Amino acid sequence: MTATTVHRPNPVLWLGAPMAACAAASLVFALPLEMFGLRSPEPVFALVPAFAWGMGRPSILPPFALLALGLFLDGLWGGPVGLWPVALLAAYAPVLFARAFLSARGFWGLWAWYAAACAAALATAWLLVRLRSGVAPYPIGVAWQFLATVALFPFANRLIERYEEADTRFR
Amino acid sequence: MSLRDGPLGDVRSPPILWVAVVALAVAAVAAMALFLGDHGGARGRAVEASRNAVDTVVAPVGGALAAPVRWIGGGFDAIGDYAFAGGENAGLKRRLARALSWRDEALALRDENIRLRGLMGLKTDPPLPVVFARAVIDARGPFSNTRLIDAGASRGIVEGNPALSDHGLVGRVVGVAPDVSRVLLLTDVESRVPVLIARTNGRAILTGDGGPNPQLSYLRTHDPLRQGDRVLTSGDGGVLPRGLPVGSAVKGTDGAWRVALDGDATPIAFVQVLLFKTFAQLVPPAALAPVDLPSTATQAPPATAAPAP
Repeated sequence: MTATTVHRPNPVLWLGAPMAACAAASLVFALPLEMFGLRSPEPVFALVPAFAWGMGRPSILPPFALLALGLFLDGLWGGPVGLWPVALLAAYAPVLFARAFLSARGFWGLWAWYAAACAAALATAWLLVRLRSGVAPYPIGVAWQFLATVALFPFANRLIERYEEADTRFR
Repeated sequence: MSLRDGPLGDVRSPPILWVAVVALAVAAVAAMALFLGDHGGARGRAVEASRNAVDTVVAPVGGALAAPVRWIGGGFDAIGDYAFAGGENAGLKRRLARALSWRDEALALRDENIRLRGLMGLKTDPPLPVVFARAVIDARGPFSNTRLIDAGASRGIVEGNPALSDHGLVGRVVGVAPDVSRVLLLTDVESRVPVLIARTNGRAILTGDGGPNPQLSYLRTHDPLRQGDRVLTSGDGGVLPRGLPVGSAVKGTDGAWRVALDGDATPIAFVQVLLFKTFAQLVPPAALAPVDLPSTATQAPPATAAPAP
């Protein structure tokens, strides 16, 4: 019988590094920058790890990491507390349950499903804000944020590939 | 051979998934509880305190990062100014020609205004103190439109103070820490500001929806609104002073009346916070002192009632 070596991905690299990168990127994109009268977009960077972590091996830590990231976004953007944790988990949950199906998709197929996960998160945020304030958030603004976030899929794909390379059980 | 291919692969996977699902459920319940608890009351105050603590930590980082970003933005502005100098010069000449004709009219109106005020003995509002601040964080998504500024309670800012740009109102202060404040912009979904239409004296509530042009809700006016009507704060409710410029009325693509904000015409980096608390600031305290009014006590009825006829 041959011995099998199991490589577990380092939780600091798998969870901590994406969290720090998302927090730093969100902070930089929240700076008051104008170029030629145009302002920078405001993508939801935290949806990148929300999708990638759902694709990886199920674990206890990712939901709580998303909770922490969402609370950071609430504090940074000044929205109602709990809004982004719920929205991020709304994207993570379906990916977690469909990971076996999603792992068979190619790059472009995964991108489409990533867009669907982003749509689930933003639809959840839209609904919660609508119920709380009684006003429907501006749909064109939501669409711009959706497009800016969907454009980040290559980062999510890179994170998934790194996880596949690190964890032999994922293959 | 990977573990999944081995005999334990099928046995070990379901429990891990179920543990992950339980963790997901716990995190989701915690997140939902936080969202539902972010209202007034004791829990709301605790949330507010923690939010101010986050602002206090984030603001210096944002301030440090914003400096090179401002320089880069300034560089792009300089390039833009150079590239469009010709067209801008022609536009400025046209505006100057229009402004010169307005100047004579404004001078005549100012003189007339001074004379009429003298005749009526009208007292104008005293100037309010102002604090200038720099924006260090600018949230501009569809779900929250707020701005973190680098001035707080140590400079006299309190919750509710109006924040203005060079051209008009941009929002009001909703959170204050010693050295930073958070301004809720007029475009935020939770922003409600009572306004008046200058031409008709009609009233409305300016309701933000995350878009660039907030909506005029509960519009109440005798004359129909016209495109370009000036919109000012009404001062109703006493939260904001009356007469701050807000913008001009425009018809939205959805058919609703909206407001093109004056504050959008200026750079977003600076705001001025008006240290307005209540209308009591606008009149001398002596005028609000209680005066001796005649007694309202009724006289005691006579001891003996008159005999019935």
